[in-house]
Amino acid sequence: MTATVQPPADTGPADTPWRGFTGEEWQREIDVRSFIQDNYTPYDGGSAFLAGPTDRTLAVWEAVAALFPEERRKGVLDVDTATPSTITSHAPGYIDRDRELIVGLQTDAPLKRAIMPNGGLRMVENGLRAYGFAPDPFVTTVFGTYRKTHNDGVFDAYTPEMLRARKAGIITGLPDAYGRGRIIGDYRRVALYGTSRLIEAKRAERSRLDHIPSAADVIRDREELAEQIRALGELEHMAASYGFDVSRPAATAQEAVQWLYLGFLAAVKEQNGAAMSLGRTSTFLDVYLQRDLDEGRIDESRAQELVDDFVIKLRIVRFLRTPEYDALFSGDPTWVTESIGGIGEDGRPLVTRTSFRFLQTLYNLGPAPEPNLTVLWSRRLPEGFKRFCAQVSIDTSSIQYESDDLLRPRTGDDSAIACCVSAMAVGKQMQFFGARVNLAKALLYAVNGGRDEMTGEQVAPRTAPLTGEYLDHAEVADAYDRMLDWLAATYVDALNVIHYMHDKYAYERIEMALHDHPVHRTMACGIAGLSVAADSLSAIKHARVKVLRDPTGLAVDYEVEGDYPSYGNDDDRADGIAVDLVRSFMAKVRRHPTYRGAEHTQSVLTITSNVVYGKHTGNTPDGRRAGAPFAPGANPMNGRDHRGMAVSALSVAKIPYDQARDGISLTSTITPEGLGHDPAERAGHLVGILDAYTAEGGFHMNVNVLDRATLEDAMEHPENHPELTIRVSGYAVNFVRLTREQQLDVISRTFHGAR
Amino acid sequence: MTTGRVHSWDLSTGVDGPGTRFVLFLSGCPLRCLYCANPDTWHLRDGERVTADDVVSRIERYRGFTDLAGGGVTLTGGEPLLQPAFTAEVLRACKERGLHTALDTSGALGARADDALLADTDLVLLDIKSFDADVYRRLTGGPLAPTLSFATRLQRLGVPVWIRYVLVPGWTDDAAAVDGLARFLADLDNVDRVDVLPFHKLGAAKYDALGIPFPLQDSPLPDVALVERVRDQFRARGLRAL
Repeated sequence: MTATVQPPADTGPADTPWRGFTGEEWQREIDVRSFIQDNYTPYDGGSAFLAGPTDRTLAVWEAVAALFPEERRKGVLDVDTATPSTITSHAPGYIDRDRELIVGLQTDAPLKRAIMPNGGLRMVENGLRAYGFAPDPFVTTVFGTYRKTHNDGVFDAYTPEMLRARKAGIITGLPDAYGRGRIIGDYRRVALYGTSRLIEAKRAERSRLDHIPSAADVIRDREELAEQIRALGELEHMAASYGFDVSRPAATAQEAVQWLYLGFLAAVKEQNGAAMSLGRTSTFLDVYLQRDLDEGRIDESRAQELVDDFVIKLRIVRFLRTPEYDALFSGDPTWVTESIGGIGEDGRPLVTRTSFRFLQTLYNLGPAPEPNLTVLWSRRLPEGFKRFCAQVSIDTSSIQYESDDLLRPRTGDDSAIACCVSAMAVGKQMQFFGARVNLAKALLYAVNGGRDEMTGEQVAPRTAPLTGEYLDHAEVADAYDRMLDWLAATYVDALNVIHYMHDKYAYERIEMALHDHPVHRTMACGIAGLSVAADSLSAIKHARVKVLRDPTGLAVDYEVEGDYPSYGNDDDRADGIAVDLVRSFMAKVRRHPTYRGAEHTQSVLTITSNVVYGKHTGNTPDGRRAGAPFAPGANPMNGRDHRGMAVSALSVAKIPYDQARDGISLTSTITPEGLGHDPAERAGHLVGILDAYTAEGGFHMNVNVLDRATLEDAMEHPENHPELTIRVSGYAVNFVRLTREQQLDVISRTFHGAR
Repeated sequence: MTTGRVHSWDLSTGVDGPGTRFVLFLSGCPLRCLYCANPDTWHLRDGERVTADDVVSRIERYRGFTDLAGGGVTLTGGEPLLQPAFTAEVLRACKERGLHTALDTSGALGARADDALLADTDLVLLDIKSFDADVYRRLTGGPLAPTLSFATRLQRLGVPVWIRYVLVPGWTDDAAAVDGLARFLADLDNVDRVDVLPFHKLGAAKYDALGIPFPLQDSPLPDVALVERVRDQFRARGLRAL
C-alpha cells in the first residue's frame, strides 16, 4: 500500500477528518495499529468519571428489550424468509429512529432474522421449519437448482471415513453446514480511512498479482480481491441507504462509531459465522471520543451514550440457526467478542477511558452475554482498571480474561480474540475454524478396536480390541496413540475439504476486504474431553480398571478399583497426562498438510458443547457414566478438583500455550463468600488471583461469582432472572436460555466457596 | 525432623486470612462444636503423617501465587495447637521465608503455644464460640476461660487478631452475650476485625459419610437481619465487624 493521501483542507469536521492526529506511517499505509500508538491517551485512573445511562439510552434499550420476552418464547421473533441476505439486501431498519445515535440493523426491523443460504439450504429450511416459518419456494428453487452451497460442496468431497467419524460424533461441530466464523474484519479501517482509500489499497494489492502466472492459487487470490473490492462498494451503498458517506474517513466520534459499526454490520449481513467477533475497538474509538471531548463537541455523558448505543446494536445481532445447533451452543450466541485492555509493545497500557466505557455498559444496560467482553489481562495494567474489571466481574459475571502477556509476544499488541480464546493479529491473520475431536471417545475406540461404544459400529479402521479383564496401561497407551494418529489424519483431511468449499461457496468478502493481503492463516483444530481422557488414563495407571463387555465383546463399562490422582489438584501424576495428551495430539495434527498452507493450531475449548459430547460418549474408565457431561474446555472434571479455585487453575496453567495456540479455556465459578467476607475486599482478592494465575502461565479464565441458590432459583423462576448472565467456557450466556441439561451441568460444576 | 498429622491442604481466598492463602488442615481437635463443619478432622489418628519439610516444600510451590495474590499461609484444622511442635516448626519455616503466617485456633489450647511460636505468627484467627461460659461448654464440650486468657495474652504480646464468631440462632445470638463479647474485645487493642460467620450446613454430608448424626441438622440458618444486628452490636463498641 503506497498511495499517499493529502490531508484535506481545514474547512470543517467532514473535510478534516484527521485534524489533530499525529504520525505518518498510518497515513502512508493501511496501519491502524500505528495510528493507535501515535494518537491514544492512556488512562491510569479509576472509574469515578463514568456516566450512567441517559433517559434517551434507556428509552432505546427498553424499546428493544421489550421484544425479548416474545423472542425467548418463540425462539425466533421474525424472519425474512424470502430475501437471502447480502450487504445491500435489506432496506434500512431502526429501533427508534428519532432517538438512536448509532443506526443500522441486519434487516429492516430489530430482531428480525435474515436467511443466508450460501452456507447450506437445508440448514436454512430446517431452521425456518423449527420455528414455524415456511421456506420460500423461490429461494428453494434458486439454491436447490441454480446456486450450489458450501454444504453441498463439502458433502461432494467428504470421504466415507469422514462421514462415519462425523456421524459417530468423534469429530463434531464441523462448520460444514454453517458459516465458519472466527474471522475478525478490521472494522476500524472503515472509520479511519473510508472505503475509497481501502478500495484503492485493495486495487494495489490486486495489481501486484497481474504479472504472476495464473496458477490456481493466483487465480483464486485475484478473484477474492475482486470480490473484496466489490464488497467494499456494497458497504458504501448500504451506508448511503442510512444517509452516510463512508467513502471518506469519519470526522467525529459519532461518525467513527457509526462507520466502524457499519463495517461490522456489513459482515453480519453477509455471514452467519459461528463467531462474528468485533476485534479491539475501544482504544481506537477513544482517540475520536477524546478529540471530540477536547474540542468541546461532546461531554462524558454523550461519549457514554455513543458507546451504549453501539453496544445495544451488538447485543441484538441475530442469526437463524437450527435447534440442533442451539443444543450445542445454547442461548443464541454470536460471539461478538471485543478485546479490551492489554499492554503495548512500548510498555504503555492500552487502557483508555473508553475501555472503562465499554465495561460500564454492563451497568448502564444491565448484564448481558453479548458483546463478549474480554479483558486482556496483565499484572502491568493500571490498578484502577484492574479493580474496575474485578468489580464488574463480581457484579455481573459477564467478563472473561485472557493473558496479554502470552498474546503480546506471539500475535503482537494489536491482537484480538475471536470467539472465546482464539487470538489473532487484527487485519493480518484469520483462521480456518475446525471445531473439535472427542478425545474421550477416541480412548474408548482404542479399547474397542475402532468400534463405537454406543452403536457397536466400526468407525475407525479395524484394529485388535484389548481383551484383558483389566486394562493394562502400556497396552492402552499404545492403542490410544495409534487411534489418535488415525483421528488426527482424518480430522485435518476433513477440515481441508470444508475450508476449500467455504472459500469457494461462502467466501467472507467484506471481512477479508478488511484484512491485508496476503493474510496469515491458521488451521484451528480443537480437542474436547481432555479431563475425562486424562483421568481415565490416570485411573488405568494408578488404580485398577476392570472392563465389562457385552456379548459381542464390546467394552461398555468399567469398574475402577482403588483411588487415582485426578487432574485439577496440582498433582503431576494426573496433570502430566493432560499435558502429554495436548502435546501429542498437536504433534500428530502438525504431520498433515493443510489447505492454503495454514499454520496448525489447536484449542482446548468446548463452550457449552461439553454437554452434547458427554451425551454421545459411553461409560469411561475414570468412572464417569455414559451420557454424563464432560467438563467444559480444559476444566478439571466436575467435583474432582477439591483444593480450591487457585489450585485447579494452576493445574490448567500447566498446559503449554504454544501447544494450544488457539486457546485453553478455564471456567471458574466462585461464590461471593469464596472471595471474601467483605464486598469491598472481594475485588482486590480477584485482582490478586488474576495477577497470580497469569503470572503462572494461565491463559484464560471465565469468572463467575454466583451462588448455587441463585442458579437454582433461576431454574425454578426464570421470569425473575431474565438478565442472569454466566460465563461458560469462553463466552457468556443468559442462564435462563440454556437447556435444562445445560443448567444442571452448570449447577453441578465445582463451586469454589467458603468453608 | 518433626512430623505432624495432617488432614489436607488447599488454597483459599478471603476466608482464612487476607488474600489467597495456602491453608493446612491439621488433624485432631479437643472440642466437639455442635456446628462443626469439619468432623473429619476431629481425630489426630486419622491424619496423614507428614514432615514439616514436606509441608514447607508444598508451600514453596505456591509461593509465587500467594505472594502476587497478597496472601500467605494459614494453619487450621482441627486444632493446630494440638500439635504445637509441628505447628511451631512450620510457622518458623514460613517466617524465615518471609511469608505472612496465620494461625486459626479456638484458643482452647492457647497455653501450648509458646512465645516463640506466637512471634512467628503474623495473625491469629481466634474463634470465640460464645461469651457465655455455660453456653460455651454445651456448644463445644470445653471451657471458655482458656480462650479468653489466650486473647489477653495475644494482646500483651501485640499479635494482631481477627475474631471469628459463628452465629447460630438459638445458640450464639443472645444479645447480652454478644454485647459482653463486644465489650471484652473493645478493651483489646490488637483486634483488627470481627468476622461474623453465619452458621451453614455445608458439612452435613461429611457427617453422613462418617455415619454420625449432625447435631444441628434441624437448626435454622440466621437470616440477613440477624447477621446485621449482631455485626451492628460489635460496631457499636467500635469494632470493625464484617
